[in-house]
Amino acid sequence: MRRLLFLVRKEFQELRRNPRMFPVIFVAPVIQLAILGYAATTDVKNVPLVVVDADRSPVSRELIGAFEGSPYFNVVHVTSNDGDVQRDIESRRAWMALEIPPAYGDAITNGRPVTVQVVADGSDSNSAGVGLGYATSLIAEKAAGIAMARRPAGAPAIGSLDVRIRVWFNPQLLSQHFMVPGVLALLLMVITAVLGSMSIVREKELGTLEQLNVTPLKRWELTVGKLLPFGVIGVIDVLLVVAVAVLWFQIPFRGSFPLLFGLSLIYLLCTLGLGLFVSTVSQSQQQAMMTAVFFFMLPMIYLSGFIFPIENMPAVIQPITYLIPLRYYLVIVRGIFLKGVGLESFWKDALLMLAWGLTVLALATMRSKKTLT
Amino acid sequence: MRKALAVARKEFWQIVRDRRTLMILLFVPAFFLMLYGYALNFDIRHVRLAVMDREHNTDSRELLASFVNSTYFDIVATPTSMSEIERMMNAGEIRAALVIPEGMSRDLRSGRVAAVQVLINGDNANTATTVFGYTLAIVRGVSARLQLQLAGGRGAAPPIAVEPRIWYNPELQSTLFLVPGLIGFIVMISCVVSTSLSIVREKERGTWEQVRMAPIGTVSYVVGKTIPYFFVGLISAFMIIVAAMVLFNLPVRGSWPLLLFAVSLFIVGALGTGLLVSTLVDSQALAFLVGLLVSLLPTVILSGFIFPIASMPVPIRAISYVVPARYFLVALRGIVLKGIGFAMLADQFLALGVYAVVVLGLASVRLAKERG
Repeated sequence: MRRLLFLVRKEFQELRRNPRMFPVIFVAPVIQLAILGYAATTDVKNVPLVVVDADRSPVSRELIGAFEGSPYFNVVHVTSNDGDVQRDIESRRAWMALEIPPAYGDAITNGRPVTVQVVADGSDSNSAGVGLGYATSLIAEKAAGIAMARRPAGAPAIGSLDVRIRVWFNPQLLSQHFMVPGVLALLLMVITAVLGSMSIVREKELGTLEQLNVTPLKRWELTVGKLLPFGVIGVIDVLLVVAVAVLWFQIPFRGSFPLLFGLSLIYLLCTLGLGLFVSTVSQSQQQAMMTAVFFFMLPMIYLSGFIFPIENMPAVIQPITYLIPLRYYLVIVRGIFLKGVGLESFWKDALLMLAWGLTVLALATMRSKKTLT
Repeated sequence: MRKALAVARKEFWQIVRDRRTLMILLFVPAFFLMLYGYALNFDIRHVRLAVMDREHNTDSRELLASFVNSTYFDIVATPTSMSEIERMMNAGEIRAALVIPEGMSRDLRSGRVAAVQVLINGDNANTATTVFGYTLAIVRGVSARLQLQLAGGRGAAPPIAVEPRIWYNPELQSTLFLVPGLIGFIVMISCVVSTSLSIVREKERGTWEQVRMAPIGTVSYVVGKTIPYFFVGLISAFMIIVAAMVLFNLPVRGSWPLLLFAVSLFIVGALGTGLLVSTLVDSQALAFLVGLLVSLLPTVILSGFIFPIASMPVPIRAISYVVPARYFLVALRGIVLKGIGFAMLADQFLALGVYAVVVLGLASVRLAKERG
């Protein structure tokens, strides 16, 4: 045990000797939280819109005013030249266009039907779909208003339909609530798995692993001693991220903190095991980094449900996601944060995560025995 | 120039000797495009919807029909009580519920506001946001149609009709939107990952003194370090593009030389980013962390790859202007999906060029200082 502590102290000293490391380890999470918390939303607002007003009448300006007043559109350019539409959409200055025909005001005043065109840039499929929906309903409202105004005075009043939308588990529909707990998972992965593996491979690269091998340190002491500091940093990061999430982003924390903490330790077991495994299959830090980034981090970002929902994936891909420990941890973190549920609803995920961690640790230990004898 | 080539040759052999790194850089990106291209989509279609219709008349049926015809919703259940809806929502059987109150038509016809209720499962905020938008648009559309019928009689032509047109991607397939983004992302990551360790590694291994003493100019050294990775990046980028054409029918509607130009410009900027990181730090582990921080997250979040930039708060939008992928994605989508030419993309190319010059310049300055 004393020997183990010596090694842990050596590791911390090495980290301290690298003074730029500490700020990055603790500042990086906060920057990531801020960016993900504020920017990662699929909300469609302020769609840049170019308007071709070939009519230039008070009536057409009224229609343009309806778009200007809507939070969903941002009229960037009003023109009478319809060649501008092509130019603005091609260069992405505008994402959508509204084309009002020359006789528009005339037709409205004289009660003739008239057609306006709405163009959407389909190269951004999500914004185009939602934006078209907003534009169509905005124009339909305008049309209904005109039709009602045309009726003779004294006709019975007509009401409207309104929709009260309630969003469960996230009433204000803040994407922070969805993304920020996910950052926790990603961060622990980066700090513990990648840095842990690089730290071991570094000793290989510098030739100092041989020296450590001939010391009276036992193998498990060496492994634990190398990885423990990163585990400690990971635990501090858990506390830091939860604090920022709750205090700064005001994300509701509805579940039990001890439960989150305990399950985070299991997740750390997975990521540290993974780091150890990567270190046994890598000869240089560059290899360790490549292996970790391409074979572990990217699949974790894209296939774990971090951004893209797993249920949207094709049936062939879905089984692959069970191989990713982040998948389980995300269910747990989001469940504890947002829904306030406990083990009764995600005990399966917790068990699978534990099994994953033990498996990868066993694999890594087997491999490291082989490479070192 | 000869000296730059000598550095390039040394660096090239170093890459080739490390087989795994080379294989990862060349082939894994194309493989990942395949995996992620299939896995990722935003198509929010067939949202499982429960309907509780307490009105049962032509108006409510019109509303239901609009939900179904939008193709965004599938009616999967018709519960009869709120507690049943709650149970289905908690069990994940439905993702949204529509409740049409009794008296909706009466309210509508007597000048009052008739409130329809919609419940959405918000556990995935991104999906819920899009469903929210669709719902709002559908109900408002129906409201306007019903008002029109009441004002002008059934079958009356609306005073204004809309003719929607979608350019470049008429079926709104999200694959065509996401694949160019993935290309940019993969290129950025592999370039930064491959260069961010290159200089700091020499420092850590103690070969840096040799580099310092070598009779070679800093610029030649930077150029030499960059060239081999430039070609590796270029080959890998075009393998991804060809894979995208074969697997996902990505059209390349613009010109290939222009595409080559855009990709090259982006790769130079990305390699410069990696080099700059490498000159700023003193250990490989730190280089990795900083490299990830400046390349991975901004390229996923702030580039318009997934999340629309126009919806972001103003300070975040300001940050996105220094993310090179932002410009590259406009150029790439412009060339492959829209088939547009150089003139339309001049701004984007200019921004990419400025970025590349600035990061390479900074990296050279840092290096010159380190070499003393």
